[in-house]
Amino acid sequence: MDLTYSPPRRRGLPTPQIVAYAILTLGALAMVTPFIWMVATSFKSPGEILQPRFLPEDPTGDNYTQVLTRTLFPQWYLNSLVAAAISTASVGFFDSLTGYVFSKFEFPGKRIAFILVLATLMVPTEMLVIPWYVMAQQTSLVDTTLGIVFPGLITATGVFLMRQAFKSVPDELLDAARIDGMNEFGIFSTVAWPLVMPSVAAICIFNFLGNWNAYIWPLIVTSKRATMTLPIGLAFFSSEAGSAWNLIMAGATLSTVPLLTVFVFLQRQIIQGVALTGMKS
Amino acid sequence: MTLKNRRILWAYLFLLIPLTFFIVVRTGPTLFAFDISLRNYNPMAADKPYNDFANFARLFKDLADPDHVTRKAFENTFKYVLIGMPLQLSIGLLFAMLLNTIRRLRTLYRVIYFIPFVTSAVAVAWVWRSLYMPDFGLFNLILELFGVPSQRFLLDPAQSLPSVTAVVVWQGLGYVIIIFLAGLQGIPETFYEAARVDGANRWKIFTKVTLPLLNPTLVYLLVLQTIAFLRMFAEVVNLSRQGDGGPVNSTTTVVLRVFRESFGSSLNMGYGAAITVMLFVIIMTISLVQMRLTQRQVEY
Repeated sequence: MDLTYSPPRRRGLPTPQIVAYAILTLGALAMVTPFIWMVATSFKSPGEILQPRFLPEDPTGDNYTQVLTRTLFPQWYLNSLVAAAISTASVGFFDSLTGYVFSKFEFPGKRIAFILVLATLMVPTEMLVIPWYVMAQQTSLVDTTLGIVFPGLITATGVFLMRQAFKSVPDELLDAARIDGMNEFGIFSTVAWPLVMPSVAAICIFNFLGNWNAYIWPLIVTSKRATMTLPIGLAFFSSEAGSAWNLIMAGATLSTVPLLTVFVFLQRQIIQGVALTGMKS
Repeated sequence: MTLKNRRILWAYLFLLIPLTFFIVVRTGPTLFAFDISLRNYNPMAADKPYNDFANFARLFKDLADPDHVTRKAFENTFKYVLIGMPLQLSIGLLFAMLLNTIRRLRTLYRVIYFIPFVTSAVAVAWVWRSLYMPDFGLFNLILELFGVPSQRFLLDPAQSLPSVTAVVVWQGLGYVIIIFLAGLQGIPETFYEAARVDGANRWKIFTKVTLPLLNPTLVYLLVLQTIAFLRMFAEVVNLSRQGDGGPVNSTTTVVLRVFRESFGSSLNMGYGAAITVMLFVIIMTISLVQMRLTQRQVEY
């Protein structure tokens, strides 16, 4: 019997690894192919979309020119950008401030206030869109930017996550600033807040994504073409375009590619944010 | 004024805007939704009288009628949950485990799987509509290579619901994978080593080590994805030809019914609100069951 120890073979990858890579690559193809199809179709001529072919034989940029000049796409872009920026700025500030108070202050009624905020997580948006619409109508907010953004100016999820984040800030640090005579808002904004910036960035990125892609509420609160956000405009434009798939795919490409580019740059923060908090836009 | 009281005042000052916001935009409208569900509520009408639970009476009558579109909407929604959620969780777990075994390119795969999740549901739906096209859609081009006759997918009432489910499963898969992967990476390597020393095979390790230790993640995703499928809306609107959950109501959902009743030509917001109250009760029940389940887990 050979009792000498022989190390496992180290040439190339072991079989389970090869199988894993093969399946993962197939999965990656399934994820990417629809996007390649989208971009490919967006460069086809109207005649070419009626041919059984994946890639355009004679690529044309005409579809993009048409979408950008004959529709309100640039306006929808702007509307989405403005709405997402306003709500993200508001969420970044107010979710932080509210989370800070719940994490670092003791005051009568704290429990009730916190439960009031947490309880709102139980109610699905779909239940609120009818009351919101009635409210928006009574206050003339239909077809306005404020009408689009008001439901999301402060989020309970963000408050909850920021409350957790501020727990890592040592109380001694805040007390030191108090002894130096700094006021409470100064302590929040210049001492505590900078220490939790990674969490603030995470909720801001998520909020931006969520607003950029939001559908049901902007659909309800906008009725004029000029006030639509990008998803609403894209849906509207696509259902008008009939079977002009080349135009529809140009519109879809225009509405997704900028955001996907940003995502690729921020992917580390976004994916880590999701993994740590389970955040969902 | 004492220092302590000063701090209490600051706390109230800081909370003034946020709490007002939550009451006006969340709590108030929640109560308002219940109120609307008890009325004959047409926003254009001057009078919006209470109607003795007529909206709920109508809702239950419609649910009892096998041919009614509301009944169909609830049936479809449960089908989406029962087909889509297990499919998404099992594929997601498989891919997360594969990602956990490989040593290189993990980041690249994660990014690729996550792309559909950060894309808007509207864009995704329209891209898939063109993939599903009967004549020159990619899927039929592929089927043709294998000699399979052209399928009508979204246009065929028998295939439309699974076709819509596939889109939603595909889009949310990246999220499920990331959460599972985080759960898997939280399992200490020593547990696997101990199992291997005991001579456990791959299947044994999966069922006796991985699954039990992954249970909190599993329950979390199960609840979250169930609720996500219960709330399906954007995909269905944009995948059906008239945006109506067709063909012949085969893909319509609960939320789509709410939308069409409340904001369609009938403006029947009372009935729409009654359906949302029903949806709220269902989601609430699921969340409460989850709380019970996760609390029990803390004990072992």
